[in-house]
Amino acid sequence: MSAATATLGGFEVERIRKDFPILSRTMRGRPLVYLDSAASAQKPQAVLDAIADLYSNHYANIHRGLYELSETTTRLHEEARGKVQELLHAAEPREIVFTRNATEAINLVAQSYGRRQLRAGDEILITCMEHHANIVPWQIVCEETGARLRVAPISDAGELLMDELEATIGPRTRLVAVAHVSNVLGTVNPVRRIVEIAHARGVPVLVDGAQAVPRRSVDVRELDCDFYVFSGHKLYGPTGIGALYARAELLEAMPPYQGGGEMISSVSFEKTTYNEIPYKFEAGTPDIAGAVGLAAAIDYVKEIGLDRIAAHEESLLAYGTELLSRIPSVRLIGTAREKTGVLSFVVEGVHPHDIGTILDGEGIAIRAGHHCAQPLMDRLGLPATARASLGLYNDRNDLARLAEGIRKVTEIFH
Amino acid sequence: MSDLRELYQTTILDHNKKPRNFCKPEDSNREANGSNPLCGDKVTVYVTLDDDGVVQEIGFQGSGCAISTASASMMTQAVKGKTLNEVIEVFDRFHELVAGPSASENDLGALGKLRVFGGVREYPMRVKCATLPWHTLRSAMWGDGDVAKTE
Repeated sequence: MSAATATLGGFEVERIRKDFPILSRTMRGRPLVYLDSAASAQKPQAVLDAIADLYSNHYANIHRGLYELSETTTRLHEEARGKVQELLHAAEPREIVFTRNATEAINLVAQSYGRRQLRAGDEILITCMEHHANIVPWQIVCEETGARLRVAPISDAGELLMDELEATIGPRTRLVAVAHVSNVLGTVNPVRRIVEIAHARGVPVLVDGAQAVPRRSVDVRELDCDFYVFSGHKLYGPTGIGALYARAELLEAMPPYQGGGEMISSVSFEKTTYNEIPYKFEAGTPDIAGAVGLAAAIDYVKEIGLDRIAAHEESLLAYGTELLSRIPSVRLIGTAREKTGVLSFVVEGVHPHDIGTILDGEGIAIRAGHHCAQPLMDRLGLPATARASLGLYNDRNDLARLAEGIRKVTEIFH
Repeated sequence: MSDLRELYQTTILDHNKKPRNFCKPEDSNREANGSNPLCGDKVTVYVTLDDDGVVQEIGFQGSGCAISTASASMMTQAVKGKTLNEVIEVFDRFHELVAGPSASENDLGALGKLRVFGGVREYPMRVKCATLPWHTLRSAMWGDGDVAKTE
């Protein structure tokens, strides 16, 4: 089986690549190798078409017009909510709040849920491998309330130290917030187990699913988590749309995050009655086209099958790990037993930015830097890493080009 | 590949591997820190200015990519014996070389060895790496004590 025609359980990557117009372009004179899907994924034609179709044929504001066009737009928007619900296996559509992205969803929980629950001396527990999006919103609410941020440590391989995590949950812990999959290390955290431990002490759990949702089937009821967030643009959907899942009774009890139109049921200058969930949290005209584009992206990945996507990426990750391990000056960062989608590495004597530039010169897009996880970089004792991350459209050829590019890096620098 | 060789010239790679004046001069009387938070480049520039405002000694410490390290190293060689105004003049020409719309052959000639950074033009994301040591030097000489940033 040649690299170009590799298939896995009927997973025809060559056919899939044709669905993504951008993959046919060249970069610095060579076919583009896109290995930065953990930052943002490319978009299939189906998503581009759905957005164009909405604006060309079905567009009006939602929930307001008493005319057919607005009704259609409203239906498409609410169908998108239903698709997110099904994707996450939530119990009801009203448990899905549309946001701009995972970051905004975490801020919503921090400001609406956190600010009401937290008192001086209370604690929020996060982990050492969190993205800034799952650190800073908590720091802001800690500053406002006098609560404290606590951090569960990791091993050198990049796995959570579960005993320490368990020991850090104390009588003042009010929330645990943890990444499902690390954006730097690729580590898949044992979220189900963390929820068990936290719930045994009556502590709710927020899961940052930004890196997990594009890579595996997620079931929030099986995980039993209280909040789950993700971004559409990493799931092959458009930018500007993401979602928060929260159990209905939590959403019911939470105050609004922002005020405006749509989130109210009646307004007078004396008193405003808020709309029901999830609309209570969706002030103003939302990103309607974003939701419709996200729905198309969900249809797209479901048609291929999230389990098959996971298997494809797992096989590529193993292949990439092997290729990079063969280059003597390369050190892989993040070697958790359960790992997905991300290959972080450093090259001895070469700064990651120089790696990024040299690979760019070869038409290979990777990310180099701290990946919005500076505390994790401090823990690893590195200023930065180079990171190649996978999407469903990557193939073995992409990884062979990456390895070839890294060899050029070592040639130039040694 | 030819583009890359243009960027990573032998001189730059050599200064990256063996940075010159990578130290704090004992009698330095000015210093400033610079950082590119996004990259993680960090540099401290130390200067010994005499009473006439001439750079008598200069050194730097820090960690960064090859472009920023080599730029700092070659900068220390280029500015020794120069006044603040002369340093600013070189910096302006250097900035023109790496980021300006067009640099005249005359201006470039005055840059001497620093011309090896001409390849940075093709990589706009890396301009801030090349200019960080210069911003930091300017901050040290003006003594405003601010942390220099190019982002």
